[in-house]
Amino acid sequence: MTEVSVAKEDVASAGELVVLKSVNKHFGALHVLQDIDLTISRGEVVVVIGPSGSGKSTLCRTINRLETVDSGAIAIDGKPLPEEGKELARLRADVGMVFQSFNLFAHKTVLENVMLGQIKVRKMDKKAAEEKARALLDRVGVATQADKYPAQLSGGQQQRVAIARALAMDPKVMLFDEPTSALDPEMINEVLEVMQQLARDGMTMIVVTHEMGFARSAANRVVFMADGRIVEEAAPDQFFSNPRSDRAKDFLSKILHH
Amino acid sequence: MFDFLEGYDVLGAFWTTVQLTLLAAVGSLIWGTLLAAMRVGPVPLMRGFGTFYVNTVRNIPLTVIILFTSLGLNNTLGISLGSKVIDTVNFRLAVLGLIAYTSAFVCEALRSGINTVPVGQAEAARAIGLNFTQVLRLVVLPQAFRSSIGPLTNVLIALTKNTTVAAAIGVAEAATLMKEMVENEAQLIPISAVFALGFVILTLPTGLLLGWVGKKLAVKR
Repeated sequence: MTEVSVAKEDVASAGELVVLKSVNKHFGALHVLQDIDLTISRGEVVVVIGPSGSGKSTLCRTINRLETVDSGAIAIDGKPLPEEGKELARLRADVGMVFQSFNLFAHKTVLENVMLGQIKVRKMDKKAAEEKARALLDRVGVATQADKYPAQLSGGQQQRVAIARALAMDPKVMLFDEPTSALDPEMINEVLEVMQQLARDGMTMIVVTHEMGFARSAANRVVFMADGRIVEEAAPDQFFSNPRSDRAKDFLSKILHH
Repeated sequence: MFDFLEGYDVLGAFWTTVQLTLLAAVGSLIWGTLLAAMRVGPVPLMRGFGTFYVNTVRNIPLTVIILFTSLGLNNTLGISLGSKVIDTVNFRLAVLGLIAYTSAFVCEALRSGINTVPVGQAEAARAIGLNFTQVLRLVVLPQAFRSSIGPLTNVLIALTKNTTVAAAIGVAEAATLMKEMVENEAQLIPISAVFALGFVILTLPTGLLLGWVGKKLAVKR
């Protein structure tokens, strides 16, 4: 019994992987992030939802400092987010990111896309990098496309390559910025399945999405944002069946009833 | 019919033109790339320098720059670029002047190319942990070069013809020889035609070849 409780405490103390404390950001006059406090534990899958313009993408992008913040603190794995420079590059390598528009390197093949970071950032030798890249492409189901260029792939395939590219860095946490919003409807599922599998494998994930099905089935926690604030945080079941705030009720009534 | 060509080394003169072009092309591609990197970089001092350089140099007539290399750098400051032979010194000064001038245009052609690369490409590169130089060298510039091939071809053709300004400091290239021949022979039109044809022979294939290369390498999105 004692052992178990010690182990539990360990998890609790070492468990906070991403911590945002009173983060504020403005785009000109627009106060896009207002006093955001958010803690994500190791292995947790957090889905961020909310109406467009609510600041959820910006929130996601501040975590690897693609967007700077005006005030507040962000820490990853206990370390505060560094300023521009080598330190920041090192931290970004540990934070995988998947974009709405895939952003695969257009002049490189699928395989080269997945190898680039391993070779240039992780300093792996070419052979090991290729082996790992092929294994990851196989894992996301696009192994046969390895030698094609991104433009020759469907959106769903491109996004799965993008996930493989991020996974190749062995990230501590994965950020997904509306990963299925630019996809044709029939391709959304193939991407969501890969993400579900990742969640089951214990990857820490922060997912900005409009896919309520994914939120229900894969999330440990739903964060609802509106007008730059976190309005509500709850387990998915509780959030979808019994939202507390009026703003969330309003939002859900608009998207779930048709 | 081509009697007037006798006794003149037309091919030799054009060979000098080709040498001026190639050396200046390589030099200005390197210096122009560095300038472009400065202009898109995060360091304000470098951005300022790049902007200042381009806006100054591209607005000065090439003749003034070439003359300055000879009268200013060589005669006044005594810079001889490692040679005592006056012809070699002038040739090197001309190459230097052409590089200084052309690189401003290379920089701007590249910068327009950089602007065609979607922001997401650089963001994705930063997100996997590449630093600024790597983002530029591995992701942005390779794509920028490909979409700059068209504008860079124009710069190269302009450079080929601009080498004639080296005549101002006595480099024995095509225009220098043409001037000499026009003075000595009473055959103005045929002589001009020969030299005009010579330049077309140099630049036309360049344009066609690079046009083909540009299409071949175009980044599909």
